[in-house]
Amino acid sequence: MTDAKTPRDLNAFIEGIPYARFLGISVDQKGNEITTVMKFDQKLIGNPMLPALHGGVIGAFLEMTAIIQLAYETGSAAIPKPIGITIDYLRSGKPVDTYARAHITKQGRRVATVQVEAWQEDRSKPIAATHGHFLLKTGEEAES
Amino acid sequence: MSAEFKMTPETMMALKEMLIQHVPHMRALGVEIIDAAPAQAWLRVPYDERFIGNVETGVIHGGVITTVLDNTCGMAVQLAMDEPQAIATLDLRIDYMKPATPGLALTTHAHCYKTTRNIAFVRGTAYHTDIDDPIASCVGTFMIGANRTVPTSVAAAKAFMAKQKKEG
Repeated sequence: MTDAKTPRDLNAFIEGIPYARFLGISVDQKGNEITTVMKFDQKLIGNPMLPALHGGVIGAFLEMTAIIQLAYETGSAAIPKPIGITIDYLRSGKPVDTYARAHITKQGRRVATVQVEAWQEDRSKPIAATHGHFLLKTGEEAES
Repeated sequence: MSAEFKMTPETMMALKEMLIQHVPHMRALGVEIIDAAPAQAWLRVPYDERFIGNVETGVIHGGVITTVLDNTCGMAVQLAMDEPQAIATLDLRIDYMKPATPGLALTTHAHCYKTTRNIAFVRGTAYHTDIDDPIASCVGTFMIGANRTVPTSVAAAKAFMAKQKKEG
């Protein structure tokens, strides 16, 4: 999308997002492929009997993945703001590590449309999917 | 749940114990129940630096709002049913109207306006003090009887509500 893409350290980018640390999110970057990882922790549990991850945590992880992908593709240090997101819950989240990948469907001047999918042991069995709109900051706004 | 449901301080304490203390992530966020009624719930999450989504502004991440709204909606669904059952979020759509103000606690309200045999329909709002000045709103659907495992918290809530009803 951007021609002169400056390779950026996405793990450094998320260091500026305390909530990403709180959820235990890191970035696994291989070339231009970005996979986010949410390490399992007991505090992420929403249903202790199954046990299952809290649905909100999965939603938050998907949203964070979209933001990281946008930061990478736009090369902007400004953090995009979510406008609206829809989360489909497909399977319960097991108490293991969760992975996600985002795809930018369309990047406009002000708004980007992003789709994200999260999975655990099996990539072909997603646990949740999101599509959402994000407000991008223009260069001027980002500096002000 | 019916008109007999009364939100007494004792009920509140019991609900808090059952629906917050038994959920590890709600404990991690420091979420509190501030009120409950048939098919409705109000929660509060304090401002916490761990929830910041942008260090430059200090604004909390949208994901925190998503999580608390999801939980508030789930609680409203539980409070809409005669017999609490295991539920699971099917989908949740969230619209973010404005950033939360750094330093302020977030309040959420959810109303389960319709339940069918399998599905519950819910709307929710996140705000600071005025519900007419929302930070985010959501609409969601939940599966009822989502799995055979009824969490201890739900089982306890079920017994408690049955007792309340009896005492009327």
